[in-house]
Amino acid sequence: MAPLPQVIVENLAKTYRIAKRRTGFLGALGGIARREYHLVRALTGVSFELEPGELVGYIGPNGAGKSTTIKILSGILVPDSGRCQILGKVPWRERAAYVGQIGVVFGQRSQLWWDLPVVDSFDLLRDIYRVPPARYGQSKDTLVQALGLAPLLDVPVRQLSLGQRMRCELAASLLHAPRLLFLDEPTIGLDAVSKLAVRDFIRELNRQRELTVILTTHDMDDIEALCHRVMVIGRGSILFDGTLDRLRASVSPERRLIIEVPPELPLPELALPAARVVKREGEQVHISFDPRVVRPAQLIGELSASLPLRDLYVVNPPIEEIIAKLYGVFDL
Amino acid sequence: MMDAVRLYCRYVGVSVRAQMQYPASFVMMTIGMFAVTAVEFAWVWALFSRFGTLQGWALPEVALLYGMVHIAFAVAEAAARGFDIFHRQVRGGDFDRILVRPRSTVLQVIGMEFQLMRVGRLAQALLVLVWAVAALGVRLTLGRALLLVASILGGGFLFAGLFVLQATLSFWSVESLEMVNMATYGGVEAGQFPLSIYRPSFRNFFLFVIPLATVNYLPALAIAGKTDPLGFPVWLQWASPLIGILFFLMSLLVWQVGVRHYTSTGS
Repeated sequence: MAPLPQVIVENLAKTYRIAKRRTGFLGALGGIARREYHLVRALTGVSFELEPGELVGYIGPNGAGKSTTIKILSGILVPDSGRCQILGKVPWRERAAYVGQIGVVFGQRSQLWWDLPVVDSFDLLRDIYRVPPARYGQSKDTLVQALGLAPLLDVPVRQLSLGQRMRCELAASLLHAPRLLFLDEPTIGLDAVSKLAVRDFIRELNRQRELTVILTTHDMDDIEALCHRVMVIGRGSILFDGTLDRLRASVSPERRLIIEVPPELPLPELALPAARVVKREGEQVHISFDPRVVRPAQLIGELSASLPLRDLYVVNPPIEEIIAKLYGVFDL
Repeated sequence: MMDAVRLYCRYVGVSVRAQMQYPASFVMMTIGMFAVTAVEFAWVWALFSRFGTLQGWALPEVALLYGMVHIAFAVAEAAARGFDIFHRQVRGGDFDRILVRPRSTVLQVIGMEFQLMRVGRLAQALLVLVWAVAALGVRLTLGRALLLVASILGGGFLFAGLFVLQATLSFWSVESLEMVNMATYGGVEAGQFPLSIYRPSFRNFFLFVIPLATVNYLPALAIAGKTDPLGFPVWLQWASPLIGILFFLMSLLVWQVGVRHYTSTGS
């Protein structure tokens, strides 16, 4: 018998009642007694399952219901309806028992104590999560080594750069050896080097510990670098759930052929209807084509017959474009 | 439970260490706090040296009230500071962080900050209290001493309860916090003087709604050996500190309602 999925989410729905604001002191007074509301449907029926060890990217435009989903899954918010069973528990019903087994990193909010050295935050988290001393020592040493934190441990958090802090945040969220990790915009605002370091770490973590990771991000490079599976949410429901390749294929089967020619050379008209020039930058010319209609060999044959090609390669269109198309399809 | 107490002590240690990162600032704030409250008491003292007594209350008796209220308030301000500044946490979304940790929300909020500079107020109030007890000319029996400590504790719990209520309100509206603030700071001001000088509606407010007078004024009568001009039964003077603790426990129940509201609305 196959083991049960680690995360089961069924038909989650959540509607917010947003109070219309009133002004002034009397308005504030009246605001407690009776309020007028308008309703915002944040989730209309979200369902998915995750197996242990999956690393899934959860993406969508602002206001699509991403953070509402994460809040429900991490026990912060109670849904109006729907079922949710994670690590055998209902997050909002057994909050304390449940959250001890998960880790949460909010990219824009720190979980460390601002004025204290990093190691003090770690020690306090040990007590908050009741990590046995022996296990804590081991866990800390491993994380310090993997994330290169040794020189940072005695530095007050307020003196860390954003990239250094994010590495410490990751360690802080893993000290208690959670089985499920939520990463909410873990690379936001980071420089290129830190982004790569964070991504490498997440990839290794997922591989070595079989830790299940749910990653929300606006940075499509994160998704491309890390996630085999992607879920796209829009207008409160899941629009797409599958592999990155399938997402590409379903939204846009287009591929790109990039050729390098002398920059001043005029380009010939392409005789193939399913291929067109989309961009020309210096030596590089980007030609988009539909591989179902035009075989790459046919296209390259025609181009090399009329142009002195210096180089050429075929790539997938960047994920940003795919997502933008997907949003366009669903009119988000 | 022991585990929670241990964690609370860790929180306090961490918070104190964080404040000691800026020792000069801490020293100046503490001295400032001491000076401000000292000036406040000097004003009371000036009033009494001019007018003698206030409806049969002499300066040492009023100083007893003053010391009791201010010690209780200083302790509550220091220990329940997390609830006092909670509205900032809610607005910044930091309550989410508390909810994803496997500990009670009350323990985590109260552990957010232990504001050490309140020892300024505490020290000043303690001096006033010690002087008052010495000047009262009443023998401080063991019973009276215990009652004194108990009612200061009761007052501390009461003020802490007010901070909890104030924090709870911020789950709904940050604009209306001033109302609770008025009750808290108004309570401190009013509690410095004997309840009998106030109008009945005001008296009833601090006896039955926010029972500050019940945990402060009534036991002070027993400690100073005065008869109650308002005629409350004597046993109430001895039972009243419990009321502060009850008030605090009730405020925690209200807090749970606030937390439930937050987790169902997310704001």
